[in-house]
Amino acid sequence: MSIVLDIIISGVISGSIYALLAIGFSLIFGVARIVNIAHTAFYMVAAYCIYAVTNYLGWPAVPAMFIAVIFSVILGMVTYKLLLNPIREHEGAVLIATIAIAMIFEQVMSLIFTGTFLSVPKLVEDYFTIFGVKVFYQQLLTLGAALAIMLVLLLFLFKTKLGLAVRSTAQDREVANLMGINESFVAMITMGISVGLAAITGAIVVPLTILEPHMWTPPLIMMMAVVVLGGLGSLKGSFVGAYILGFAEAIVVFAFPMGAFLKGSVALSIMILVLIIRPEGLFGVYFEEER
Amino acid sequence: MKTILFYIRKLFAVVKNEVLVLPSRVAVIFFFLFILLLPFFTDDVYILRIFTLASIFAIFAASWDLLSGFTGQMNFGHALFFGVGAYGAALLNLHYQIPPWGSIPLGALVGVAAGLIIGIPSLRLKGTYLALTTLAFPIILLGLVFTFPGFTGGELGISGIERLAPTRVQEYYIISVLMLGLCTIMWAITDSNTGIIFHAIREDEIAVRASGVNTTRYKLLAFCLSGFFAGIAGGLYAHFMRIAGPSTLEVSLSFQVVIWAIFGGAATIYGPIGAVFFLYPLVEFMHVLKDYRILMFAFVVLLVLLFMPDGLFRWLREKVEEECPRCKVRNIATRKTCRVCTAPLD
Repeated sequence: MSIVLDIIISGVISGSIYALLAIGFSLIFGVARIVNIAHTAFYMVAAYCIYAVTNYLGWPAVPAMFIAVIFSVILGMVTYKLLLNPIREHEGAVLIATIAIAMIFEQVMSLIFTGTFLSVPKLVEDYFTIFGVKVFYQQLLTLGAALAIMLVLLLFLFKTKLGLAVRSTAQDREVANLMGINESFVAMITMGISVGLAAITGAIVVPLTILEPHMWTPPLIMMMAVVVLGGLGSLKGSFVGAYILGFAEAIVVFAFPMGAFLKGSVALSIMILVLIIRPEGLFGVYFEEER
Repeated sequence: MKTILFYIRKLFAVVKNEVLVLPSRVAVIFFFLFILLLPFFTDDVYILRIFTLASIFAIFAASWDLLSGFTGQMNFGHALFFGVGAYGAALLNLHYQIPPWGSIPLGALVGVAAGLIIGIPSLRLKGTYLALTTLAFPIILLGLVFTFPGFTGGELGISGIERLAPTRVQEYYIISVLMLGLCTIMWAITDSNTGIIFHAIREDEIAVRASGVNTTRYKLLAFCLSGFFAGIAGGLYAHFMRIAGPSTLEVSLSFQVVIWAIFGGAATIYGPIGAVFFLYPLVEFMHVLKDYRILMFAFVVLLVLLFMPDGLFRWLREKVEEECPRCKVRNIATRKTCRVCTAPLD
């Protein structure tokens, strides 16, 4: 019984985190066709930012989170404007530019904070026990925050004019441009939202994980797997795919010996199996190639 | 005697009329000479080691270009071929005592098998889906490596592999001559009819299929060829470093090869090779900067891309050479008229 509960808790939490990351990644891919490898690097920047503000300035955790998110969003929009926008036409160049940006962030963080493992105190220390399983309030908080943010994002995308612009640009960039939508402005706003989502994820995850400069790679791979599994550009797909892979990971970790090493392998194998059957992912729409 | 003289005269004619007229070809000659004569100028083990590793990675980067640059099948998990080649060669050498000249080609064949295994599911996928799916394969294998440490050595890898040759200079010559040979072969492949089909698949796969070419077969061929060359690079690496560890499968190596290839200019073969020989020693010699060197590396890559998004060596070639608008023959940029058809160049 306790192992089942462990799996459920861990699966739901990692699923929500992957969903938040994947939706952000999916948004910027849909609107600007940028495969943003640096997406989770922004998540790392936000996490370190919280550490810095709480530790060096002595601020409480909640305002630190706001500062971290705002800082990352500005950083994301500036990088987009300066480094990615000028080379948007060259797909390969954009790709390695984002890799280089991620490397720069990693290096800067390890220069400032050194490579040591750091941690941020939990917002609430307490926990309760059901069936012998410790459930931290922090875990519930993370889960609640993730779901609330997804709800806000959905409201933004489907109830506001800017959200409509984002969705229509994602559907067809040229036609959206012809209809009077400022495409490059929408792309920049989307970059801001996408990075903001990554930063928020970083902010709500940071009390549960360890901070280190390489922390951006493991979620990056899972996030990409989620996005591909669900179908590129499909929010619903990212959401469902995130929980599938989150639970798959949790089951492997808790139910099998040596599972911690295999969790990535199993999740990625699931992705490949799904893709062999449905090459466009679970909820992706198959577009005939633009010519 | 007469025939020998004839061939010597022909060689001179070719060198004079075809090689010396174009700066890019002269640069290639200089590159060959530099690689072959390097040990005469220095016997510093450290420098030889850097250029040996650069040769290995040049094969690796060129093999990525053969697959992803030419056919447009974005491979984000190219480290899979490298790692499979390295582990294959290491295991064969350690358990069956097969010497390096046997274990490296056999490791490369394992690379071909890996190319088939990831090529077949990848046939139905396109663009970003393909890129992100291929990223998954080396990570899956890495998970298996960690799960069965008895067979694969786990985190420490497989050590105690036979040396390629007794001295550093011999190792350098084996690897660098192999590099020159293999890269010439890769260039010849891309310059042949097969290469043209690869190129066409990237530009417009449907049109190629409509012209009666079995694109599936050619895409699989590209995966296998690329796997073969990358597998050789992996085997050489294992025998040179005398260890095959998880670092050969890591995501960072897959990203690294993409950086090299696109930095130098994709779909050129010479671009990735040049990029490796430019960036790899650069990063090594920047060790005086200590912790800042990866940062500097990333900045160099970003800046070069911002101003030459088609790649460094393509940009350079565009600067020193011009294509004749009438007969499509390349000319040095200083000429006013084409060297073949005398059409005015603009």
